Amino acid sequence: MGTKARRKKRLDRSIKVRTEGLYALTSWVEMGYLFMPRALLVLGLLLLPLALDMYWQRVLCSAGIYALLAIGFDFLAEYVGLVCLGGAFFIGAGGYIAGLLNEYLHWPPLITIPVATVLGAGISTFVLLPCLRLRGIYFAIVSFMFPLFAVFIIIALNVFGGTEGITALDTFPSIWVELYLILGVVLIALFAIRRLVNEDIGIILRGVMDNDQAVRASGINITAYKTRAVFIAALLGCFGGAYLSHLYGWLGLSLFAMDFSILPIAACVMGGMGTLVGPVLGAFILTPMSEALRGFGQLHVVLYCLILIGFMVYKPEGIMNVLQRKYHQFEVWEEV
Amino acid sequence: MDILIYGTVNSVIFSLIAVGFTLVYGVARVPNFAHGSIYVLVGFLTWSFVNDLKMNYALAIVLSLLIASILGLLIYRLVLIRLRGMATSEIIASFAVSLIILEGLRMQGIAGFKGFIGPFYTLRPFVDGKISIAGIFVDYQRLIIIGTGLVLVILLWLFTHHTKIGLSLRAIAQDERAAMMLGVNSDRTAMLSLSLGSALAGLAAVIILPLGNVRAEEGYRVLIYALAVCIIGGLGSWGGAVLASFVLAFAMKISTSLFGALWESVVLVGTIILILLFRPSGLLGKQKELEERV
Repeated sequence: MGTKARRKKRLDRSIKVRTEGLYALTSWVEMGYLFMPRALLVLGLLLLPLALDMYWQRVLCSAGIYALLAIGFDFLAEYVGLVCLGGAFFIGAGGYIAGLLNEYLHWPPLITIPVATVLGAGISTFVLLPCLRLRGIYFAIVSFMFPLFAVFIIIALNVFGGTEGITALDTFPSIWVELYLILGVVLIALFAIRRLVNEDIGIILRGVMDNDQAVRASGINITAYKTRAVFIAALLGCFGGAYLSHLYGWLGLSLFAMDFSILPIAACVMGGMGTLVGPVLGAFILTPMSEALRGFGQLHVVLYCLILIGFMVYKPEGIMNVLQRKYHQFEVWEEV
Repeated sequence: MDILIYGTVNSVIFSLIAVGFTLVYGVARVPNFAHGSIYVLVGFLTWSFVNDLKMNYALAIVLSLLIASILGLLIYRLVLIRLRGMATSEIIASFAVSLIILEGLRMQGIAGFKGFIGPFYTLRPFVDGKISIAGIFVDYQRLIIIGTGLVLVILLWLFTHHTKIGLSLRAIAQDERAAMMLGVNSDRTAMLSLSLGSALAGLAAVIILPLGNVRAEEGYRVLIYALAVCIIGGLGSWGGAVLASFVLAFAMKISTSLFGALWESVVLVGTIILILLFRPSGLLGKQKELEERV
């Protein structure tokens, strides 16, 4: 009888329990406990640009775009059950609409970006509408094909600038506008979607994911709800696209590049699926990493795929879930 | 006539590309998105065995097929085994494996050139020469493709319907738990199917690639073709897979000769979407119709 087994026991911290109800309002400590992580994220994102030089500020802008896509992917995958591998299609739709409006109608970015966001999301939703009846892997495969399809059509018809793209679009007045526009939108999107998934619509969407036949049997039109969910995710992606084409003053077929479909997924898996904050963190970690390796050609794709597989196999819960657990719970070893 | 002959050749090419994937996904229910990358990898390995190591062509082919099947085994053993049952994770992980292989190869300059001056990665046809069928010239390689494709499909049908291993492959696709209760080792069977599927992808590569160049882009194209055939045909149905490859190949061939080569891909994706809309479980698919899609 020499061996003594030990096991790890996790218990909620007492402050977590105390802050769950209305009583959280009774003291500053409790309120601080609730507000600190959120304030840390908001302030961290808003102050980060001040510490960076010009090049890394630009990287931060594209990290913001990936973060938006990652939030959209996470929302669709974990709260609606639609795994959308076609994030690039949203970027492309938003980017092309914004760019074309700017090029041919000479509308300023202030108008083209909102118009492209809504219109692009509408178009993306309309295009994906037939596929919403599919589930799981089928939706994944078909949505993966849409960006490729769009590229083929643009090449075949030779419209919208064809293979060359359109250059010399309007850009933003200064780097600070660029930065705080995207960071602000990321934060708003993050908190809005977190609010949304806890509303009634969020409950229905999760029901659709878990057992759509049961939701259907309750007299709820699941396709209508899935359409709304896709529209919301497409809004995020299309804003990213519209912003991107004005960021570089350029649009082209690389708006449909596979990076926009895969990197957000890697960010989600790395940050922790289903947390919504995790994907943002993941995007802000992965994008600079892959940017630093851009000099080595395709090495950055290899790198983030390795990270993706590594996290998926060895740490499927992701960074954010671990952090949350450490924050809310303490661990003790107990003898068995 | 031109359409008929080349359409048939293309159909068989499609079936060849898709059989490995159908075996793995349609039958054993493991989505192996690394299919296309193994295809390209085998082409590349064979090329470098022949040209860099001066190996015999046949030996090089056998060796690279062996490597492909071991790779398939490893992909299952190291990555997919931990994700079994989570369909989306399986897709994403195997697609990531595929990207690693393809983009890794691209760094080696597989984009068609070696440092822009070196040789094209082109495999030699098995037998040179052409034959005239009803006034249309067809080279021997294409005839070999047709022959191999037909034999392979028949062999695979026999394998999955009349051998013990083949039957256990189908069993774990239909009901994994019941299969395990009857003494089928589901992990070992799935591993086997993945390694067999990779070897089939490799076989398709060495037979088809002599018609063109070995390029990293081929990998994505092959993956899409394989998915398309598998989805359109219906899961786990060999007849469906063959029918789907004929439908796709002829649709593409006819559209190419009517509108031009650029429309080929548009027609491909359009056909997939149309068929999914009207027959969600594929042309001949009956398996798990309700569970898979709404």
